[in-house]
Amino acid sequence: MQTAVSQTSPPQKSFLYDPKVRGIFYQVVLIVGIVYLFYMAATNAIENLQRAKIASGFGFLNNTAGFDISQTLIQFSAAGGTYGDAFIVGLLNTLLVSAIGIFFTTILGFVIGIARLSKNWMVAKVAMVYVEVLRNIPLLVQLLFWYIAVLGALPQPRNSLEMGAGFYLNARGLFMAKPIYGPNISILVAVLLIGLIGTFLYRRWARKQQEQTGRQYPVGKVTLALVLVLPVLTWIVLALVGTNPITFELPRKGTFNLTGGMQILPEFVALLLGLVTYTAAFIAEVVRAGILAVSKGQTEAAGSLGLTPGQTLRLVVIPQAMRVIIPPLTSQYLNLTKNSSLAVAIGYPDLVQVFMGTVLNQTGQAIEVVVITMGVYLTISLVTSFIMNIYNRRVAIVER
Amino acid sequence: MKKALVSIAFGLTASLFATGASAQATLNSVKQKGFLTCGSNTGLAGFGQPDAQGNWTGLDVDFCRAIAAAIFDDPTKVRFIPLAAKDRFTALQSGEVDVLSRNSTATMSRETQLGLDFPAINYFDGQGFMVRKKLGVASAKELNGASICTQQGTTTELNLADYFRANNMKYEVVAFATSDETFKAYDAGRCDAFTTDASGLYAERLRASAPDDHIVLPEIISKEPLGPAVRHGDNQWGDIVRWTHNAMLNAEELGVTKANVEQMKNSENPEIKRLLGTEGKFGEATGLTNDWAVRIIKHVGNYGEVFEKNVGEGSRLKIKRGQNAQWTKGGLQYGIPVR
Repeated sequence: MQTAVSQTSPPQKSFLYDPKVRGIFYQVVLIVGIVYLFYMAATNAIENLQRAKIASGFGFLNNTAGFDISQTLIQFSAAGGTYGDAFIVGLLNTLLVSAIGIFFTTILGFVIGIARLSKNWMVAKVAMVYVEVLRNIPLLVQLLFWYIAVLGALPQPRNSLEMGAGFYLNARGLFMAKPIYGPNISILVAVLLIGLIGTFLYRRWARKQQEQTGRQYPVGKVTLALVLVLPVLTWIVLALVGTNPITFELPRKGTFNLTGGMQILPEFVALLLGLVTYTAAFIAEVVRAGILAVSKGQTEAAGSLGLTPGQTLRLVVIPQAMRVIIPPLTSQYLNLTKNSSLAVAIGYPDLVQVFMGTVLNQTGQAIEVVVITMGVYLTISLVTSFIMNIYNRRVAIVER
Repeated sequence: MKKALVSIAFGLTASLFATGASAQATLNSVKQKGFLTCGSNTGLAGFGQPDAQGNWTGLDVDFCRAIAAAIFDDPTKVRFIPLAAKDRFTALQSGEVDVLSRNSTATMSRETQLGLDFPAINYFDGQGFMVRKKLGVASAKELNGASICTQQGTTTELNLADYFRANNMKYEVVAFATSDETFKAYDAGRCDAFTTDASGLYAERLRASAPDDHIVLPEIISKEPLGPAVRHGDNQWGDIVRWTHNAMLNAEELGVTKANVEQMKNSENPEIKRLLGTEGKFGEATGLTNDWAVRIIKHVGNYGEVFEKNVGEGSRLKIKRGQNAQWTKGGLQYGIPVR
């Protein structure tokens, strides 16, 4: 009889033993625990700060900074700049070195990655040695090497190396002519824009023609003519008429150093060199792995269709390899951005050096400054991944 | 960098989770630990620097030894924690060190906004510049357009900006995290001039690859009252630090030295009797023993002795007493009476 009962109405399980209820219960406990921890930390910090009479809050961002920074992309001076401005200066310097670094490291990484797979023994071995050496030495050591051993060995300003065309090199950095824009610069910009739009339209047309008829048009030459030759001709014409849109201010010798012109700080160059060469070693490996992931049959098929090795790489292998390359490439970009904070060791005024160094020390508001800095790196990283994910979605295999 | 992160991490975790030491706790916690933790310079000759054997020497580290002597009757019961300029106050605020004695300038904002107290000034200083002789510069007023190396997070960095602004001159600042990096960059030719407190200039010049190639310019562009710092709120601890300094000053003024301190206990001079604890109970009122000053002088010496040994004519730095002479000799060092 008993079995019959259990068949008709399953035994009433205790509420406590319901796995679903238990699951939810543990989740709630965890969330409450985490919230409590943060609440405790926040109230405790506020209480301790008040007891120790340490200033708190974000009001300090509006206070006058009173110190100078060597490289500023926005107007900043000790007289008028606030701590908030110093934060922006540091942030822009971080973004500048990261963006330029990502650009160059991508090029260098692809070149070395492809070189490692070269059939030329010498080229392949050189690329291999590069990768093995660069990625096995700590980045900080490499930065100090570039800054102290390489750039520090440059001559003093009074013996600057003259490199022609207004370029000078010395221990204080690279000096070059600074373009001064005249009133007619808008004409030049307009011509350049027309050239770019023209190129874009022409390329689209040429591609369509090729797809429909198979005829190929001289895309490269036309691009060059529209983007480079046209603006240069305009410039020459304007200069001949006597309304030169761009004049150059050359660096001159001053009491201590070259003055005028544009100066690129050795700290910036050392950081950029270090980040680019180091990250490129990792990107090279990512690229190599991506290319090796494309089956050999693809290359052979392309060859049998009559594509040259260059075309095979460009049109067949790389596009497929990109699917494998993009995700790890993204994390290398993030690494480069985060590693730029090592700037602090060589005096490049990035976010960490300016904000977590000088500003933190002058204001003493460690918690606020550290929280802001962490928030900034988190935001930069998330935005980079977001953009790369969009790109990844575009190149990923479309499953049917 | 690592040090910075460590001390900031300490600072954060301490201020986030510590229940907060009660206001009078520093002396008790030092006694309980059995040693004093002292924030010192990462390396500044004459003020705080480890020698080849790893023994710390200098005016500022001797000050910490004096505090330890007063508490434990043993000047070796100190642990020195080297701190870069930009990490020092966080380390003190977070309780990583009990006292910060590393040539730090007392300023209003540091006392009011950073939550610190500067109970004593153990070295009156001012900021100066050092340049290479071959530049042919004789005055700081001729530095228009120069690159200048400085340490970040210091009053030096701010005074520099003020001075060039006030004199309407241009300059390029190159700021580094530690004094070591700063001076190395100057020595390697990254900058035309190096700026820090005048005492620091003489100390750092000793480390240059060719010390005689550098000169210190005559201008002193700021007031830099350097002294030990403690956290706001623990007045007993502040008193101990203040009176350690005053005991050393008074001892010098009264002629009590390391060598004669035991004899001086028999002195009939009431001022000496009060200082050495043979009359009155001044030491006990601070939470120490009545012979606290004897302990300091016996183990470390009076202010003049410590000055001579570390930075004075008897040292490599050869700095004159100047503003740091006793008030009776035209200086600014003035011991508050024990009474």
